[in-house]
Amino acid sequence: MDKIPLTVKDTQKGLQEKTFSATELVDSYLARIERGKDLNSFITICDDEAYKKAKEIDNLIASGGKEVFNKYPLIGATIGFKDLFLTKGIRTTAASKVLESYIPSYSATSVLRMENAGGITLGKTNCDAWAHGASGENSDFGPTKNPWNKEFVPGGSSSGSAASVAAGLTLVATGTDTGGSIRQPANFCGVVGLKPTYGVVPRYGIIAMASSLDSVGSFGRTVSDVETIFNVTKGEDGHDSTVKDTELLKPKAKMRIGIPKEYFVGGTDEEIVKNVMEVSKVFEKQGIELKEISLPHTKYAISVYYIVQPAEVSSNLGRYDGIRYGNSRNSFGAEAKRRIMLGTYVLSAGYYDAYYLKAQKVRSRLNADFENAFKEVDAILAPVSPTPAFKLGEKSEDPLKMYLADIFTAPANLAGIPGIAIPSGFTKSKLPLGFQLLGPRFSEPILFELGKLYEESVGYKPEVAKI
Amino acid sequence: MSKLTKTDVLHIAKLAKLELTNKEIDKFTSQLSSIVEFVGELSKVDTKDVEPTSQSTGLEDVYRADEVKGEISLTQEEAISGTDETYNGYFKVKAILEGRTDK
Repeated sequence: MDKIPLTVKDTQKGLQEKTFSATELVDSYLARIERGKDLNSFITICDDEAYKKAKEIDNLIASGGKEVFNKYPLIGATIGFKDLFLTKGIRTTAASKVLESYIPSYSATSVLRMENAGGITLGKTNCDAWAHGASGENSDFGPTKNPWNKEFVPGGSSSGSAASVAAGLTLVATGTDTGGSIRQPANFCGVVGLKPTYGVVPRYGIIAMASSLDSVGSFGRTVSDVETIFNVTKGEDGHDSTVKDTELLKPKAKMRIGIPKEYFVGGTDEEIVKNVMEVSKVFEKQGIELKEISLPHTKYAISVYYIVQPAEVSSNLGRYDGIRYGNSRNSFGAEAKRRIMLGTYVLSAGYYDAYYLKAQKVRSRLNADFENAFKEVDAILAPVSPTPAFKLGEKSEDPLKMYLADIFTAPANLAGIPGIAIPSGFTKSKLPLGFQLLGPRFSEPILFELGKLYEESVGYKPEVAKI
Repeated sequence: MSKLTKTDVLHIAKLAKLELTNKEIDKFTSQLSSIVEFVGELSKVDTKDVEPTSQSTGLEDVYRADEVKGEISLTQEEAISGTDETYNGYFKVKAILEGRTDK
């Protein structure tokens, strides 16, 4: 195969027209993974499993004909699972030395659902250990590099997933987004990333970071591809009790997008401000009304997030005792220790009211900002991050500086609302630019509709970074 | 707000069951202090009469039938497959009570 297909649709077209077989697809991707090895985007490759699945798919297509393409919406789609997703029989590390040789006895709901839909698991992608980070540099398996420029970070925590899709090492990948861990790396790598509404995609079988914030989503090159994955993975599974089947909001004939003024002040990079403004004009041209809105508590989002999240982290990482599985607590890396310590502190006697309870109350105010905004608009258009990708090592010595990178993404997690990051060009120095659309809870179909409208209006064609 | 002292850091580490090196203690004392100082800005926000938010779904008390489902349960062998430290099909743990300290 000379060229890999760039979308689920093109993959299935190629399979249907016999331009290539699923086995040949796996050949190509594994060769590309080998060639893109210096990106360090995968922790584990599962070639045996991938070939086995490809063979099943080739047989299925040979015997089942066209029908199988309707029955299996992800048939032939190669997947990189963030190494936080449990995969039965395949090592799952959370990119931490604590779990460096852990082999799960069961698979996450979303892994099973994507595999049952015809997806081919290629391997497990690198990430910040335990999903703690905004650059990928906190992985105990070494940092992932940005495929557009290897001196830069790919973003995090789902660093390997975003980088793998951007470099064409897999068709799609999964991620978790607790404070921006899907949208920010998608943005830094120039791919589409979806963070669904909290409680729509089950978290069962995914190593927990902060349980009131964790959201399970995906990366692809088009809005339509992450939409397909969303439809395959959503819905009750009988394990995650926060998931309840709910009717999703439908797009309206006439829609209004809000532009939050707090996202464009001070520290936001000029190229980003200009780019997002251009995106807003694209929507306006398509008959979408733009409205300036205010989310006044945005400036407190980082403080709320860095109290609530470490508190929940310290509780979730309490289970790693090195007895039932995994190595001892001495194997935790610096960032995990820092967050466990911070979380333990804000929950400890004497400090609970001043920090944790206070943060929960300010969280209510942040959420009220969104509720008020969505009375007036159907979606919000905003930058994903105040800067484009930054250099490896630039922030790794200063945790607080790194935490501030989450300023525009963490609010959506605190409010439990969905967000989608979409590429919108490149900076002068050839680093990806993008924007995010946020909507009220259960508004994914509105975000997909608007995202596709943008892609169509600008004639978006996915690009793959050279490896 | 308050800065953390070395004593605070050692106390938290003990609560969190983390063993820290001297270098880590110094590093965390200064890093955690600056983070805690930063998030202390929340004291400026008026939260009078505001209810705390602990989750965003609004769901309460989700129930399921209390029954064992074979297909989603792990076998004993699977459950202990993550460690070599087993005894008669049980996890082996370190003693938590070692000798009496009251005598």
